[in-house]
Amino acid sequence: MTHALTRAPEHGARTGPPRGRPPGRFRRLFARTAGRRSLVLAMLVAAFAMSVATLLPSGVASAEGERIVGTLQTSVSGPIPDVEVTVTTASGDEVDSATTDENGRFAIDLPDGAGDYTVSIDGDALPDGVTLGPQGDTRDVTVDNGRSQPVNFGLQDGTANSGGGNVRAIQLLVDGLRFGLIIAVCAVGLSLIFGTTGLTNFAHGELVTIGAIVAWYVNVQGGVPLIAATLIAMVVGAGVGALHELALWRPLRKRGTGLVAALVVSIGLSLLLRYLLQIIYGGFSNPYAEYQSQRAQSYGVFTLTNRALASIVIALVVLVLVALMLQKTKIGKAMRAVSDNRDLAASSGIDVNRVILIVWMMGGALAALGGVLLGLSDQVQWDMGFRLLLLMFAGVTLGGLGTAYGALVGSVIIGVFVQMSTLVIPDDVKYVGGLLLLIVILVIRPQGILGSRARIG
Amino acid sequence: MSDLLDALAIALKSGLGFQAIFFALLAIGINVHFGYTGLLNFGQIAFAMLGGFGIAISVSKWGMPFWVGVVVGIVAAVVLALLLGLPTLRLRADYLAIVTIATAEGLRLLFRSVSATPVTNGTRGLSAFNQSFIALAPWDTQRRYAILGTSWSGGELWVATVGWVLVALASLLVFQLMRSPWGRVLKAIREDEDAVRALGKNVYSYKMQALVLGAVFGALGGMVYAVGTGSAIPDQYQNANTFLAYAALILGGAARVLGPVVGSIILLFILQFADTGLRSLISNGIIPDTLLSSTDVAQIRFVLVGIGLMLLLVFRPQGIFGDRREVMLDAR
Repeated sequence: MTHALTRAPEHGARTGPPRGRPPGRFRRLFARTAGRRSLVLAMLVAAFAMSVATLLPSGVASAEGERIVGTLQTSVSGPIPDVEVTVTTASGDEVDSATTDENGRFAIDLPDGAGDYTVSIDGDALPDGVTLGPQGDTRDVTVDNGRSQPVNFGLQDGTANSGGGNVRAIQLLVDGLRFGLIIAVCAVGLSLIFGTTGLTNFAHGELVTIGAIVAWYVNVQGGVPLIAATLIAMVVGAGVGALHELALWRPLRKRGTGLVAALVVSIGLSLLLRYLLQIIYGGFSNPYAEYQSQRAQSYGVFTLTNRALASIVIALVVLVLVALMLQKTKIGKAMRAVSDNRDLAASSGIDVNRVILIVWMMGGALAALGGVLLGLSDQVQWDMGFRLLLLMFAGVTLGGLGTAYGALVGSVIIGVFVQMSTLVIPDDVKYVGGLLLLIVILVIRPQGILGSRARIG
Repeated sequence: MSDLLDALAIALKSGLGFQAIFFALLAIGINVHFGYTGLLNFGQIAFAMLGGFGIAISVSKWGMPFWVGVVVGIVAAVVLALLLGLPTLRLRADYLAIVTIATAEGLRLLFRSVSATPVTNGTRGLSAFNQSFIALAPWDTQRRYAILGTSWSGGELWVATVGWVLVALASLLVFQLMRSPWGRVLKAIREDEDAVRALGKNVYSYKMQALVLGAVFGALGGMVYAVGTGSAIPDQYQNANTFLAYAALILGGAARVLGPVVGSIILLFILQFADTGLRSLISNGIIPDTLLSSTDVAQIRFVLVGIGLMLLLVFRPQGIFGDRREVMLDAR
């Protein structure tokens, strides 16, 4: 099959630390949980055997030959430039050396090809407050043919032990809040679309991706400031949502297409859009042009980059506005009415098709905004929306499929749960918590926290 | 012209090779779930992955004989089906869909995670576990054989032969089961669950049996794929494959014994033909490089499947052979 082929470009292309998480913390987590890991893993396998890894190891860029790549940074110091990195062969001969650039990255080509190498950094050149991890200043790596081998030095910045586990928990809580709010922004549309039309829209993730990619093109290629680009992306997202409704779903409803058939159609649409996006955008992950090299500000017990803080504020404001709209305005009340009982709403004079169209536009615009916020923290990728889709479903189901407020509550809980779960499980299987939670909810309370019993049928 | 013939030959080989068998077995399993019982299982690929890795891990990591690996794979799939069915079979169709797709994706990402590397070798996967099976071939596996203008290695031919025998046996089993009283209960569940319950049948138990049966077919498909490629890599078992199998099933006709088989052959033929054809059109310069480069061609198959799924569901949900009244189109 072609999957290995289609995935291949990503391996070298994923840049930056996984999920905005500095390498130092990542490594410490591993050390702390090493004992529990196997036990937890065994439990996870036993209980439905599932989890989600997030990202591949970081690398600088895709390359033809063998090379060693990496990034020096910590959450407090940000990227660390001007540190010398030296590569020697296993027998001690120096191959090459390089200094890290302003993004803290380095890449050293290996003319001798695959083999065992030793990578060392100049520990004295590190800025104040940053220290080497417990494994010192060298790493032994084995480089395979044609591979960009990432190296992680696990630098520490003193945040590890200041206050112990509580601080880490609070930090994760804040990270999780940010992540959950982004999921919520993306998922409100998903939930409202389900509520008003009964459609389980598997193509909703692509609305998220489209938003992020449109903003990327406008921002990076077009040179428009990101805030304006985001607004443009939201307009485009609303347009795409309206297009979905007018060109596909409304005609299908008129034909009387069943819900399962519609569900499979949405999967077809998702495949179609996702791989078209990959053809157009490519398999790489790219950052936006602005707000990238920010350092984390300290807020006492946790640290946050300004862009993460802005994400939280924007998401909160938008979600409050959505809630106000649903509660106070005429169209918002109509949306809730159609969600609650479509036939009753129609018979009391509400133009159901118009309401559904507006729901689609709103969902598209919000998904686009969510995509930009996600791209801001995780970079823009062709399948970012699809990877978020399952968490959106988890959030929406937790809150109650079809209820707008349920989507908010459920998504935030899922986001916090996923981040906090890294306290006990390895980072690359952290989504297991969210997905496991999804199944547990469906068993105990299928209608979700705010859902009504009638919906589960 | 010779390009066209080449493309046809390559497409024919693909339509008869182990990939078509893989999708046929997946689709036969989905047919039992979706076509006959009305269960919307979107995680079929998870069973295939357990099947493939059952062999791979047993043979390359634990040093067991090949056939023990086959048993391990099937047992693993049955266990997953039971675990999955236990909480979810009481739910409505779309909930089941979400849970199964989440499980499949989660399982794949677990298999490729750093923590699972000691067992599954992480993203690189396992290899070198199929020699004892290939060695069973009654002909020389080293040389190549020409059949209908296509060239096969002896090993490929052996995997394909055994695979099609498996497909035939699976189809025969489904055929026999579906005309038995047991099969009629399944179809009745698809049509009206409550009516079946009113007749005193244990719907939950029947659904579970159907889920397990389909899962075993899925595991067999995964084994054929793992043995055919000679490696088991978690990223081979992506969710998109489940939807390719759905496309094959719906193309051939759901709730028909041979629907998934014919559907897989045709689907693989079309996809490979489009793939080869596009590549040669690009290399001949007929399609300009700026429009579509040859690296994008691999994605085209999913675009085609996406369009095909939508068109089929909208205009001909019964596929080639199916009966519209027998296709489950509405959620319950």
